[in-house]
Amino acid sequence: MMEGRLDVRKTYKLFIGGAFPRSESGRTYAVTDAKGRFLANASLASRKDARDAVLAARAAQGGWWSATAYNRGQILYRIAEMMEGRRAQFEDEIERAEGVSTRRAVAQVDACIDRWVWYAGWSDKIAQVLGSSNPVAGPYFNFSVPEPTGVVAAIAPQRPSLLGLVSVVAPIIVSGNTCVVIASAECPLPAITLAEVLATSDLPGGVVNVLTGAPGEIGPWLASHADVNALDLTGVVDDGVATEMAVAAAETITRVLPPPASPPDWSADPGLGRIRAFVETTTVWHPQGV
Amino acid sequence: MTFDYAPAPESRAVVDIASHYGLFIDGEFVETIDGTTFKTVNPATEEVLSEVTEAGAADVERAVKAARTAYKQTWSKMPGRERAKYLYRIARIIQERSRELAVLETLDNGKPIRESRDVDIPLVAAHFFYHAGWADKIAYAGYGDRAYGVAGQIIPWNFPLLMLAWKIAPALACGNTVVLKPAETTPLTALAFADICRQADLPPGVVNIVTGAGQTGRLLVESPGVDKVAFTGSTEVGRQIQRALAGTRKGLTLELGGKAANIVFDDAPVDEAIEGIVNGIFFNQGHVCCAGSRLLVQESVHDEVLDALKRRLATLRMGDPMDKNTDIGAINSFEQQSRIDDLVRAGEDEGADRWSAPCTIPERGWWFPPTVFTGVTQAHRIAREEIFGPVLSVLTFRTPDEAVEKANNTPFGLSAGVWSEKGSRILWMASRLRAGVVWANTFNRFDPASPFGGYKESGFGREGGRQGLAAYLKQEVV
Repeated sequence: MMEGRLDVRKTYKLFIGGAFPRSESGRTYAVTDAKGRFLANASLASRKDARDAVLAARAAQGGWWSATAYNRGQILYRIAEMMEGRRAQFEDEIERAEGVSTRRAVAQVDACIDRWVWYAGWSDKIAQVLGSSNPVAGPYFNFSVPEPTGVVAAIAPQRPSLLGLVSVVAPIIVSGNTCVVIASAECPLPAITLAEVLATSDLPGGVVNVLTGAPGEIGPWLASHADVNALDLTGVVDDGVATEMAVAAAETITRVLPPPASPPDWSADPGLGRIRAFVETTTVWHPQGV
Repeated sequence: MTFDYAPAPESRAVVDIASHYGLFIDGEFVETIDGTTFKTVNPATEEVLSEVTEAGAADVERAVKAARTAYKQTWSKMPGRERAKYLYRIARIIQERSRELAVLETLDNGKPIRESRDVDIPLVAAHFFYHAGWADKIAYAGYGDRAYGVAGQIIPWNFPLLMLAWKIAPALACGNTVVLKPAETTPLTALAFADICRQADLPPGVVNIVTGAGQTGRLLVESPGVDKVAFTGSTEVGRQIQRALAGTRKGLTLELGGKAANIVFDDAPVDEAIEGIVNGIFFNQGHVCCAGSRLLVQESVHDEVLDALKRRLATLRMGDPMDKNTDIGAINSFEQQSRIDDLVRAGEDEGADRWSAPCTIPERGWWFPPTVFTGVTQAHRIAREEIFGPVLSVLTFRTPDEAVEKANNTPFGLSAGVWSEKGSRILWMASRLRAGVVWANTFNRFDPASPFGGYKESGFGREGGRQGLAAYLKQEVV
């Protein structure tokens, strides 16, 4: 903050369909730093915002799915590039929001950027690793390919606020899913800054939609939404809320990735588990003959 | 001059059905602790075949406990190559007893002997062979090598022994032990399988068979000793199971209903397409979750396809399932026949045009003639709901985009068929259909190496192939 000049603050809004709307409910909540000092007012997303976000995710899914894997990989890599360019801002926001040391904030941003790069490289390898050609006992050519599940609703972990969000979102979208993610309720500001990066990385609007607010309030609406194909409950800390959401999901046989049994080590190699959780397998048969 | 088919009945002397069956727990047939009994009947004659046990809560717990003990003390300690040999043994015994199993299946289920003999039982043996080979190679499949422990498995009545094989073979190969509940109307081949396990000297408790109806299934799903549930059946029951397991961290795979589109383009080879349509919806009396129950035919060839289809259907022979020349057997139960009746009536009431093949309905048993509805719209119940019977709803389309849109316009997503001579169009369609299995210029093909399972409300998880192993291996997501 410069002496003698009043800084221009940012209004933190939601990210839906590539745009930054306020909550249609007009509600906000005060976000504070680790010491309880006011940082900003974040949008308190409503049920209607959640439905708008699902609508946007559904509208974007067909296009994102039919983009080539190469193209999706380039866009994920572009996100890494754009984050690198704004890393100081992310470091500052994480440091203030989470109350961690500069060194840890830097490490978290490093890990986020590297995670985008890691998943970017997966886009055109998923089908090779998860798919197969199947030797059936008959004159048929038979192959299996992984396809995106569709629209995935995710609850990002509270901490680490940005690395948790990136670790949840990247494996969902890399295979061609679109997502609605509820950011860390305590530290939502880095998520909205990430949305600004997503908006300028050639990622089609609606592929990632970021809501800020209370997961316990909007989560169950997302879980029961018939146009949500899968749920990622990674960030749900309350067992009761997790169960409530999983029960609601059963209504339309929505796939559910349950919350981790123990706190995950977000710096570890993520493996394929998250990608695999949100793909289906299509198997195609065709006769062989002359 | 007309030629008639002479009767060609398969002999039932090859089977020996006991008048009463207990439960198969810990390697022995035992009497129930707190259950009751029910009768299983031949749906083609209404003859009572046997009295079977409906397992109660104490029975289910006893079976789960036996499976747990066998898992801890025997199966989890046994090297994969030894598990493999047990599965190979089972596969061989199934081959040796294949005629007996086929006859038993037809008597209990009502499906034509030609289908149980040529399709069901050979696939059962193939499924055990395929998975036997995986048992000592699990680490190569890419899903880790940690078994769940005890798998609770519930299967339907449409392919009784085949569904048992789809469940038990991969579960054992991956190192789990199982408690399986067959459907209440078709328990006999599962009980014969219990005897096969004994002949193979499978360690006691590795496979347990508890017979019963929905309540027995519910007890199994909710048993705290079960680590993984695998269910094949209706979407409604699947939903209840998913709800019951919410928040428990048990593994779950579901293979549920379907309303598959069988899409015929104007350049399709008509004769082959007709056979595919017939096989798609009239195979196994239409009691197939992946049945091609919605025929989407390109408008320009609608009349030609329908005329040829009706001609072909008029030649199908409905009647004694034990006759080797029978094409269409009995409906599995009175309850199922009533469900088909209801939906067919809804089709008529909602204004679709019904045509049924001119079949003579036998006096006893439950039957339904091959039936085709034309003039069906997407709003009709017969275009939206799974009928699970020999009833085909015909819709039309003009462009490939419209075909994809209509095919995907369903909460289900189990299978689809595409008929066209144009390879690029088939691949284009296959990549856009939201269905777990796409049959191109064929339909209703199954193979243990080929993953099977659905999108959306058709369930999740795959059975068969490398991908099918994931259902029985516990995975941690970082």
